[in-house]
Amino acid sequence: MANKDAASEKQDEIRTETTEPRKKASFALPVIKGLANTLAHVLRREPNTIHYPEEKRTPYPGYRGEHRLKRDELGREKCTACFLCATACPAFCIEIVAEEAPWDDREKRPRIFNIDMMRCIYCGMCEEACPCDAIELTPIYNIPSRTRGEKIYDKEKLLSL
Amino acid sequence: MTTADPTFWFVMPALKAVIILVVILHIVPGLVYFERRISAWIQDRIGPNRVGPVGLLQPLADVIKLTFKEDLTPQGADKWIYRLAPLLVYAPAVLAFAVIPVGIDLQVASFGVGVIFLLTISGFSVFGLAFGGWASNNKYSLLGGLRASAQMISYEVAMGLSIIAILMTAQSVDLNEIVRQQWGATTLGLLEWNLFQQPIAAVIFLIAAFAETNRLPFDLAECEAELVGGFHTEYSGLKFAIFFMGEYIGMITMSGLMVTMFLGGWSLPWIEIPTSPTFGDVALSVVIFTVKLVALLFFYIWVRWTLPRFRYDQLMNIGWKVLIPLSLLNLGFTAISGVMGWNWLIPLPW
Repeated sequence: MANKDAASEKQDEIRTETTEPRKKASFALPVIKGLANTLAHVLRREPNTIHYPEEKRTPYPGYRGEHRLKRDELGREKCTACFLCATACPAFCIEIVAEEAPWDDREKRPRIFNIDMMRCIYCGMCEEACPCDAIELTPIYNIPSRTRGEKIYDKEKLLSL
Repeated sequence: MTTADPTFWFVMPALKAVIILVVILHIVPGLVYFERRISAWIQDRIGPNRVGPVGLLQPLADVIKLTFKEDLTPQGADKWIYRLAPLLVYAPAVLAFAVIPVGIDLQVASFGVGVIFLLTISGFSVFGLAFGGWASNNKYSLLGGLRASAQMISYEVAMGLSIIAILMTAQSVDLNEIVRQQWGATTLGLLEWNLFQQPIAAVIFLIAAFAETNRLPFDLAECEAELVGGFHTEYSGLKFAIFFMGEYIGMITMSGLMVTMFLGGWSLPWIEIPTSPTFGDVALSVVIFTVKLVALLFFYIWVRWTLPRFRYDQLMNIGWKVLIPLSLLNLGFTAISGVMGWNWLIPLPW
C-alpha cells in the first residue's frame, strides 16, 4: 500500500509540474515579424507555380513516365521476348506472346507485347530487369486518354514512342 | 431647398442610399478578387488569371456558379429561420454603413447618434450566425453558431469600451464631428488622428473588429479544421453567397468605421475642410476616404493570410483577460486626463 501511495504521490507531482502555467510570451513581436515576411512576399512576387498547359516543366533526370520499346541500329526491335520484364513486374501489367525470330542473332521476338498503363505503377522494374536494354521509361507524363482500352499499349505503339 | 421640399427629405437621401448601396455591393466582388490575388502572392502563387483580363472576371464567374448551384435545405431544418439567417447577416452590415460619412457630411442617414446606431445594428449580425447554425440541424453548424455568439458578445464589450474612449476625447457621437476634430493644418496634423491620440483604443478596436467580422485569426465560427464550415456548413448556392457577401460587407463597414474613428475619415491634414463644400471638395473627400478604406482592407487581407487561427481558449483569454481590462484602463485614464486637462500629445520641438 505504501508503495502505491508513493507512486500516486509521484504522479501528483508530475501533474502539478505539467499544469503549472507556462511562461507567457507576447503575441506582438511574432505577429509583426510574420506580417513583414508576408509583405516581403507580396512585394517580391516570385511565384513558384507555372501556367501549366502553356508552360511545361521539364521532368528531372530519372523521371519515370510512359514506357517505350527500343530498336537496334538495323531498325529491328531489341526485345527478345525473354519474359524477364513480365516476371519482374509487380503489377502484372506486361503481356508477351513470343514467336520465332526471322533473324540469326536471336531465337525469339515478341509477336504481342502489351502494357496495360492503367495497371502499371511506373516502378521501373521492367527497365532494370531487361538484359537487352529493350524497354525503358520515358519522361512523358501527360498521358490522358478517353477510354481504358486506349491505355493498353501494343507493340507498335510502344515502338513508336 | 427647404425642409418642405420633397427633394430634400426624400429624393436626396434615396439617391444617396441607392448609390452607396450599389457601390458597396460592387466593392465586394472586387475585394474577393483582390483577396485571392494577394493571398496568391503571399503564398508565392499566381492566383486567378484566366477569366477575363488578368482574371478580373473571376468574381463574376463565381457568382454565376453560385447562382446555378442547387439550393438545398437539409432534412429537419427549421425552414423559415434557415432562410432568414443569411439575410440577418447581410442586412445589418449594409444598414450599419448608412451612418458612416464617406465624404464631407456625406452619409445616407445623418443623425446625431451615428456611432451608437452602428454598434447596435452591427451587433445584430450575430443573430444571423446563431440562427443559421441552429436551424441547419447539424452539430457542426450549431457549434459554429455558438462560437460565433460567444465570440461576438465578448469582443463587442472591448470594442464598445474602446469607442467610448474616443467619444470622450471627441466629446461627440456625431461621426462627422469626430472626423473634424482629427484634422490638423500641417503634416504634424497627422498626430491629431485618434490612431496617435488613442493608440491603445485603436489597437483594441482593430483586434475586436477582426473578431466581429469573423475574419482570421478569429474565424472560430467557421473553423474548417474542426467544424467543416461552421455555421454555414449546410448552406449552398445563393444563401451561401449572401452569407459570404454579408461577411465581406461587414468587413467594409468595420474598416469604414475604423477609418472614420481613428484615421481621420474623409479629411487629410494638408487639405483644409471648407465650411460650404463645393462638389469638387466632396469628391476629393470621397477619394481620400476610399484610399484609406482600401488600405485598411488590404491590411485585413494581409493579416488573414499571415496569422494562423487562435485556439478557442486563447480567443476567450485575449478577449476577457487582456482586451477588456486594457480598454477599461484606457477608458479610466482618458476620463482622468480629460477632467484634469492633461495633454498627452507628443510635445512639438518648435
